[in-house]
Amino acid sequence: MTEETKPFEPVIIGFTCNWCSYRAADLAGTARMKYAPNVRLIRLMCSGRLDPTFVFKAFAGGADAVLVSGCHPGDCHYATQNYKAMRRFHLMTRVLTQMGIEPGRLKLLWASAAEGQIFANAITKFVEEVRLLGPLNWNTTGVNIPAEVAKEEVTV
Amino acid sequence: MSKPKFAMYWAASCGGCEIAVLNIHEKILDVDAAFDVVFWPVAMDAKYKDVEAMQDGEITLCLFNGGMRNDENEHIAKLLRRKSKIMVAFGSCACEGCIPGLANFSSITDMVDTAFTTITTDNPDNIRPVISYAMPEGTITIPTLNPILKTLDQVVDVDYYMPGCPPESHQIAAVVDLVIAALNGKAELPPKGATIGAGNSTVCDECTRKRNVKTIKEFRRIQFTTTDPELCLLEQGIPCNGVATRSGCNARCPSAGAQCIGCYGPAEGVVDYGARLVSAFASVIDSDSPEEIDRILDGLVDPAGQFYRFNLAGSLLRASKLAQKG
Repeated sequence: MTEETKPFEPVIIGFTCNWCSYRAADLAGTARMKYAPNVRLIRLMCSGRLDPTFVFKAFAGGADAVLVSGCHPGDCHYATQNYKAMRRFHLMTRVLTQMGIEPGRLKLLWASAAEGQIFANAITKFVEEVRLLGPLNWNTTGVNIPAEVAKEEVTV
Repeated sequence: MSKPKFAMYWAASCGGCEIAVLNIHEKILDVDAAFDVVFWPVAMDAKYKDVEAMQDGEITLCLFNGGMRNDENEHIAKLLRRKSKIMVAFGSCACEGCIPGLANFSSITDMVDTAFTTITTDNPDNIRPVISYAMPEGTITIPTLNPILKTLDQVVDVDYYMPGCPPESHQIAAVVDLVIAALNGKAELPPKGATIGAGNSTVCDECTRKRNVKTIKEFRRIQFTTTDPELCLLEQGIPCNGVATRSGCNARCPSAGAQCIGCYGPAEGVVDYGARLVSAFASVIDSDSPEEIDRILDGLVDPAGQFYRFNLAGSLLRASKLAQKG
């Protein structure tokens, strides 16, 4: 296929927690479940570790969407930190909407360590939703991302 | 021996920075004693061609305030960079975009419409600026607007950053003293890229209000409520930006009963000012139910404006999608 006829493949950055959602992704992998390969997973210890800076940097650096994933409410390894992630998710969505980034480009997904299939299905569904939204193409020309955070630039 | 040369310029700014420099009172005489003021459009008559005629690096200290709104701003920024040894991004506009940078929320068309057609403008014939106009005497031009406002360091290399809207006069006086001492070999200048004339901590660290564990059930606008004069404003549900804002102002606004709006910019180590505030404000919301969280967040009428009032052009995202499209 030529460049023009290739379907748009969204680049999605996914933040998972060490104890539930990353284990769900791991389970999906070891069980050889098939799901869309568009999500680049980054493992954090907890969804509460998710600094909104990570999300904003992902969008500024070329991501089409961002997935935030953690343990189900009540199941957090660190008691209540996934609730913090949820509150940040709600506030981030509002800020991003004002910046012109559609709410559909930021997704919050709860997945337990046993929910490999749910995780895989949710990602495939999310990729299709983002595909419909189209490329974000954030114009980062000349953006000075400080050297200490630019070491590992997002590349497509 | 001739004195070292001093320049100050304003790009897209309000002029408050120049007033703040004059507010150092009699210390301005020290500036005059130590420096030869060669270029300062607000205070003296000098032409761009005078600067162009100088040797590269001839100006010792240049305080540059204002953001990069048009091609004239960028041209002078590049010119002064070439001619200056020490280039200081002076004030919030040059450092991070400040209030003029809020135009990065809108398209350039909307911005111009707001400036020339809204109720505060008396313009019955809807006269608009034209870039180039042919007069009998010849064609005259005005500078072209940039689609989005840039910060100074997005256009030229900057040696030091001096935040504040405007920088506090006692901080300016301290910086003047430091530069004069350094020129006389009595002090060392900080490393390139440093923030000068400000603290390394947050406004909260300088604030004298009492702090407890923060849990918020409701965000309130300060103009519609009465606040406890002793207690932390954020704890009272007032969206105070002190937690993410650089110290250096002695927490003037919270001391006077108003919330910090963030004019001193991101605190040391903060990459994206708004993201830090999203993190801080969301963390203190006292609810685990999505519906109630949404209801509480409705109290923040304009979150992006609240978090990026001074910092939009200098943020990671820099400008809204609307502004990027032009």
